[in-house]
Amino acid sequence: MSIFDVMGPIMIGPSSSHTAGAARLGRLARCIAGGDVEKAILNLHGSFATTRQGHGTDRALLGGLMGFSPDDRRIRTAFQEAEERGLSWEFREVSLSGVHPNTVLFQLGDRGDIEIRGSSIGGGEVMVDRIDNYEVEITGRYDTLWVVHEDRPGMVGNITSALGSHEINIASIRNMRREKKGIASSVIELDQPLTDDIFDHLAAMAGIEFVRLIPALN
Amino acid sequence: MDYRSFSRLEELASERGRPIWEIIIEAEMQESELEREEIMEKMRERLEVMREAVERGLENDFESVGGLSGGDADRLSRSDEFLGSDLTRKTAEAALATAEVNAGMGRIVAGPTAGASGIVPAVVLSLAGEKNLSEEIQIRGLLTAGGLGSIVASEATLSGAAGGCQAECGVGSAMAAGAAVAMLEGSTEQIFNAFALALKNLLGLVCDPVAGLVEVPCVKRNAFAATHALTAASLALAGVESVIPADEVVEAMAQIGDMLPCSLKETAEAGLADTETGRELEENIRDLQQQQQ
Repeated sequence: MSIFDVMGPIMIGPSSSHTAGAARLGRLARCIAGGDVEKAILNLHGSFATTRQGHGTDRALLGGLMGFSPDDRRIRTAFQEAEERGLSWEFREVSLSGVHPNTVLFQLGDRGDIEIRGSSIGGGEVMVDRIDNYEVEITGRYDTLWVVHEDRPGMVGNITSALGSHEINIASIRNMRREKKGIASSVIELDQPLTDDIFDHLAAMAGIEFVRLIPALN
Repeated sequence: MDYRSFSRLEELASERGRPIWEIIIEAEMQESELEREEIMEKMRERLEVMREAVERGLENDFESVGGLSGGDADRLSRSDEFLGSDLTRKTAEAALATAEVNAGMGRIVAGPTAGASGIVPAVVLSLAGEKNLSEEIQIRGLLTAGGLGSIVASEATLSGAAGGCQAECGVGSAMAAGAAVAMLEGSTEQIFNAFALALKNLLGLVCDPVAGLVEVPCVKRNAFAATHALTAASLALAGVESVIPADEVVEAMAQIGDMLPCSLKETAEAGLADTETGRELEENIRDLQQQQQ
């Protein structure tokens, strides 16, 4: 337990789970989607829907989508910022089943191309648990790789050996597929930072559909 | 080097013949793999954010997002009637100012939580102003506050949803009381007594915010919890002891927190949230939100 977890974080108020956590979820979603987003539908469930305005949950989520960290003063004016950047957004109140009370389902891109579901689980900690149909666990505590690849023998081994050969240790790995011999997803938390060449090396490997690096949130 | 209890922290301090904030720094160096100077710098940065928040709050040119609080720090600072010392007044003002900035989506240090973020800065900054204490001593106060709070975090909880407001404003007040004694060179026993006295007196405090927002009663409660810390620190410095030791007070807080019904732990189902006025305000906020949708 660090004293900076007690005397911190530095954040935009008023609520660690409904404001700071919301901003972190927005940032994670942005990284997972691969950067700037032009269109966003934000489906709010539970407390996120009720505190949407009173805790600035809406502005924090939107700010996070634009890359703002939880202590960024622009969160307060996130709506204007989004307009200036040409980001169009819509909030919807929804009722999702079997999820944490502070949950948001992002649909990002022109046709809602990517769906990302995440929750603010307390004290500003967050967890993305679903990307499209893939179950994942992304907390932002580590630099995290999301690799979508062919589901065939040796794929996961190839990825982990590539990381190992660059002296990168794996903190955790979670792999799943949608159907046998189809496409699979691996979420890999890393102990060391990933350089551009390793990223390019992975992205160019046979059988890899795409790779996303989701940097640790601080 | 992990302390996790007041008695262990005291043991480590007396073994090494050093004040507890030095033990807290050493433990943090191990925990976060930072150099001493980096730790001091991170705390200095927090102190700066705290100062800015108090200033910002006293400027009084913003509104809370929920519209249920604001303007009271300014009101107090202009009042001709204050029944207490200048230190008490400055402390109450600073606590209100910070809590108002938090409710207005301004920048604060969440310590121990965002809802209780006005208490520690109010005590540390006002005491420093009153006694002309250096930045180094203020950082010592924050280190002490963080170290004491981390024991509660590991042995009980700092979350209103898990333990009620005693875990937020109660612990915030206790951390601030300990910090004040540390800033004035009190002994380890006095620091722990201040902590225990402050927390004991706020045990059982429920979390029943109107409309579920960090505004009513949270903003004003920060002022009460901050001035309450000054009383605890004064008692401890005078040699008053807590009959129940700090570790056991934290245990009691955890037990009480578990026994509190969920309706009084941040869910806005009972207490002040369920009063006639509380419900009316909640409905207004809900309507306003729907209109703007």
